[in-house]
Amino acid sequence: MNAIETRNLGKRYGRTWALRDCSLAIPAGRVVALVGPNGAGKTTLLHMAVGLTAPSTGTISVLDGTLPGSNDALSRVGFVAQDTPLYPQLTVADTLRLVRNLSSRWDEDNARARLAALDIDLRHRVGKLSGGQHAQVALAVALARHPELLVLDEPAARLDPLARHDFMAALMAAVAEDGISVLFSSHVISELEKVCDYLVVLARGKVQVVGDVEELLDTHQMWTGPSATADAVTTTTPVVSARPGDRQTSLLVRTNAVPPPGWRTEDTHLEELVLSYLRAPDASALPGPTANSAAAVAS
Amino acid sequence: MTIDKQSSDSPLEFRLDPGSGVPTYMQIVRQVEDALRLGHLVPGDRLPKVKEVVASLAINPNTVLKAYRELEHKGLAAGRPGQGTFIEGTLDVVPLREQQALQRRLTRWLVDAAAAGLDEEGITALFSSARHDLARQKGVIAS
Repeated sequence: MNAIETRNLGKRYGRTWALRDCSLAIPAGRVVALVGPNGAGKTTLLHMAVGLTAPSTGTISVLDGTLPGSNDALSRVGFVAQDTPLYPQLTVADTLRLVRNLSSRWDEDNARARLAALDIDLRHRVGKLSGGQHAQVALAVALARHPELLVLDEPAARLDPLARHDFMAALMAAVAEDGISVLFSSHVISELEKVCDYLVVLARGKVQVVGDVEELLDTHQMWTGPSATADAVTTTTPVVSARPGDRQTSLLVRTNAVPPPGWRTEDTHLEELVLSYLRAPDASALPGPTANSAAAVAS
Repeated sequence: MTIDKQSSDSPLEFRLDPGSGVPTYMQIVRQVEDALRLGHLVPGDRLPKVKEVVASLAINPNTVLKAYRELEHKGLAAGRPGQGTFIEGTLDVVPLREQQALQRRLTRWLVDAAAAGLDEEGITALFSSARHDLARQKGVIAS
């Protein structure tokens, strides 16, 4: 079963393509991180996945063929928008009542237990809560609807480190408990490795990298060697990005091969891999027939 | 804030060192192995539930499952359906006397190495290189 499937999905605003040629098949039960620079199309993709925006081209479906925005999808897909908007003048209890009345599925005990565990008083006004508590209320409300797929747009971007940790901990606990699929966009690349097991990188409105995190790390290495022979290596090996020094050059390569003499290989990690691709928007790592297109220019 | 009573029946709490370069699941495996060597974990002990680990470290549940699978693969733990993962095996605890003798020899070696002009990084590099060679000779992949 796929949590999200897109085929040649595109969205155009006027003359600008926010997203184009996006074909994805993301399996269910994964925690998927969506990363990319500002304006890469992340929010556009998320909005199409939850039915807030209609595609200009192509198709998108969630939870095995369900149309985003349909009644079926609305009850099975949860969405936490950027900056976790809630009504500031409502109390937490009123917020729960509001969502209960608007949702076909609702687990009041679940929501109350979550908020009680976080010491969040139901009588408080949402506008008076701390940033971390505000985000936790939004998450509790989304999870109490027992979604099969939860989509979050930069959920923890503005939280302090402790609040962010607590937010991700609550989210991961829900994954462990209910096995939900999660798709979230993030700018905090350093923390992705801990939480996500599937990665989608968008650049300039196109999918640049997609795949299982472990597989991506297994198929990439960091090679370091003399700059004098770097050009020769680049011609025989798919290089994602290069950091050339006067004498020594580091190359992120997409291969499992043994490096040439004089070159040393090291495992890479997710942050390095993501940054390398973001630095080289022309390189890509996609499954299927285009898999070898990582042989990009090392510049 | 009160301490969750549910988690206090776990014999250990995992911690993470994000700068270590060691994959998260392997850090969990090693902490269990260390606890076994030190006698903090004994057969029959229940490892923390996946949800407990996830809720305290904010990590992907699959990472914990992978660590526990690795421990099962090593014969150190076994899953019991609906109950959790329990310690089954033990790691050889080297007798204290032997440990002390090994440490004395290592100290003598360290003195020699320092006298030969090796600094701390040089010593570490040499040690891991020798360990690597030994592992390769044995055909064992150094973890």
